[in-house]
Amino acid sequence: MAAVKETVRTVEGLGEGYAHGFVTDIEQEFAPVGLTADTVRYISAKKNEPEWMLEWRLAAFERWLAMDEPDWAKLNFPKIDYQAARYYAAPKTDGPKSLDEVDPELLAMYEKLGIPVREQAVLAGVEGAPKYAVDAVFDSVSVVTTFKAELAKEGVIFCPISEALRDHPELVRKYLGTVVPVTDNYFACLNSAVFSDGSFVYVPPGVRCPMELSTYFRINASETGQFERTLIVCDKGAYVSYLEGCTAPMRDVNQLHAAVVELVLMDDAEIKYSTVQNWYPGDKDGKGGIYNFVTKRADCRGDRSKVSWTQVETGSAITWKYPSCVLRGDGSSGEFYSIAITNNFQQADTGTKMIHLGANTKSRIISKGISAGHSSNTYRGLVSAHAKALGARNFTQCDSLLIGKDCAAHTVPYIEAKNAQSTFEHEATTTRLSDDQLFYVMQRGLSQEEAVQLLVNGFVKDVLQQLPMEFAVEAQKLVAVSLEGSVG
Amino acid sequence: MLSIENLHVTVAEKAIIRGLSLNLPAGEVHAIMGPNGAGKSTLSYTLAGRDGYEVTEGSAVLDGVDLLSLNASERAAEGIFLSFQYPLEIPGVPALTFVRAALNAQRKSKGEPEISAPDFLKRAREVAGSLKMDFEMLRRGLNVGFSGGEKKRMEIFQMAMLQPRLAILDETDSGLDIDALRIVAEGVNALRAADRAMLVITHYQRLLDYIRPDRVHVLAGGKIVASGGPELALELEREGYDRYSKAAA
Ligand SMILES: Nc1ncnc2c1ncn2[C@@H]1O[C@H](COP(=O)(O)OP(=O)(O)OP(=O)(O)O)[C@@H](O)[C@H]1O
Ligand SMILES: [Mg+2]
Repeated sequence: MAAVKETVRTVEGLGEGYAHGFVTDIEQEFAPVGLTADTVRYISAKKNEPEWMLEWRLAAFERWLAMDEPDWAKLNFPKIDYQAARYYAAPKTDGPKSLDEVDPELLAMYEKLGIPVREQAVLAGVEGAPKYAVDAVFDSVSVVTTFKAELAKEGVIFCPISEALRDHPELVRKYLGTVVPVTDNYFACLNSAVFSDGSFVYVPPGVRCPMELSTYFRINASETGQFERTLIVCDKGAYVSYLEGCTAPMRDVNQLHAAVVELVLMDDAEIKYSTVQNWYPGDKDGKGGIYNFVTKRADCRGDRSKVSWTQVETGSAITWKYPSCVLRGDGSSGEFYSIAITNNFQQADTGTKMIHLGANTKSRIISKGISAGHSSNTYRGLVSAHAKALGARNFTQCDSLLIGKDCAAHTVPYIEAKNAQSTFEHEATTTRLSDDQLFYVMQRGLSQEEAVQLLVNGFVKDVLQQLPMEFAVEAQKLVAVSLEGSVG
Repeated sequence: MLSIENLHVTVAEKAIIRGLSLNLPAGEVHAIMGPNGAGKSTLSYTLAGRDGYEVTEGSAVLDGVDLLSLNASERAAEGIFLSFQYPLEIPGVPALTFVRAALNAQRKSKGEPEISAPDFLKRAREVAGSLKMDFEMLRRGLNVGFSGGEKKRMEIFQMAMLQPRLAILDETDSGLDIDALRIVAEGVNALRAADRAMLVITHYQRLLDYIRPDRVHVLAGGKIVASGGPELALELEREGYDRYSKAAA
């Protein structure tokens, strides 16, 4: 057991290895601490929103006051004091219109994080490398969005949601809250009242979005929650691949992040949605870190529409997240590929829901959970086929890998079939990183740290392959970093 | 090359190797035979540096380097290769990826640059060809779903790629069919070299028809109880271990 013991020890020391933990020193303006209807009005006013949006928010706030925090997840955390946080923080500039107006401190930060916020730099990059457009959200506001003009040529709208509310109010109003209703759950309701920024994407009929779109979320301010809202509408026969990434400074006070992501797919539309979640996970004793409560759902309204969620979850002290697919259109399909890594005292309760409503709908779930240290990692999934979902098919595979003796992995699959013509397959495995395997790999010359990385990479390979190429490399590094330092 | 003196090894508080001495000069191939449970695999794991194999007494030195002070990967970098009696499965890691990682790790520890992808592939194709292996197999998860014989052949592929100084083959012949045995033995013979030594653990004289050993040792009760030339293997084949087991007890 000595080898595994070493691994566990170093994996425990990992909190110190978080590379994105710095704070950017920049002048910011904040909403006053606390949450009242006035806070909601403050946010709406800051964003110059139309009146109907304010009404919508206030209605959500009323409903939220009457709701209770859910307690069914396998998560333990002290009661959150919603009155102790701020709900809006923004750099003190007047909505920069071009890069020249963006605070140089911010540009330096994005450079440090490796986020390409300068179009020229992307264009001047490696020849033949795929371009991707970035929307950079800093605390509560989007500070820059690239390649908007080039995308507009194809009719693709890619902008901060606050801007979409001003420039395309009819589109936003038509779809906002139609996939995740305001009262869907406690955190989604809170988000509906206080969401600040996030991205809006519209891809018109028959258009294949010419580049990857991505949104990069950064929490910087202390004692501030981040409530992002993303809405992607993919019209008939359209296609888009979208990626989000997130990081935050190291702080020993927990911070709240409650996001809502809504995807709408018409006939024959396809969305690939990838997430690399690397919020600050807290230190090795479980102090600090982000509380990540996220509601993500795709509504496959159109026939033969296709959505796939791929997530690499390595950060956050607590993750509560179930990207789901409502397979309404006949022949529509949903996929969920997940890598969730927990270490030290991190807790993750994550999975998906595949709701089969249409005939001949298909879904596929591949979940890879890795737990190390004293962490707890739960896969929670629901697959249901309703009466009209004749010929529905699901395949689920949930694999858990345990590193060391003090961590835990749980698999909680729910299955409901309301017709006799649906086929569900479920496979689950739990393995412990074995000393035998470690010795075999080390006997060939790899150090213990390299051996752990190799074995873990093999374990998550099926999911990594689903990410766009450029991000797969990044994600692989992140997986390695998350479990790094295994040699004492 | 390899010199083992009065080695005592305890596994799970049980003394398994009890005063074993062995001298293996460079350029030679020695066979070790012995009854089940005699400690042959224990000896190979101990030489390769597996955790939990506690050396309570004695020494093992490879060309002046004290092996016992090194961990498993450091010993591999010193040129020790163990062909496992039961090779492990590594899901999601293709054999090519695995061997390349191993080769580069060993190069790194010697301060050499990484092997280029074309050079590596060229060599892998040559070696796979000489062992009559289907190259596509090297793109599958290492050993996952392989037959017993395929796993053994994969061990020899790795050995040929890594070019160790000291190769320990723990029952590489078990599980191989007649043709595979010949192919694998040819692969091993091709690696015989003046600056390389091999320790071949086997239960069957047949392997030794292909790989002619310079010496044969009988391991029983945790120590070497007899040594001789190739004719010793023939004698064991005829008469069994009875005589030596009694001697060891
Ligand atoms: N982890 C362990 N705990 C307890 N006993 C062990 C352990 N590992 C090995 N042994 C014992 O050590 C003895 C030697 O085992 P070893 O595997 O070295 O034998 P061997 O000579 O390789 O046998 P075979 O020819 O069957 O491969 C056996 O009695 C075995 O049961
Ligand atoms: Mg054995």
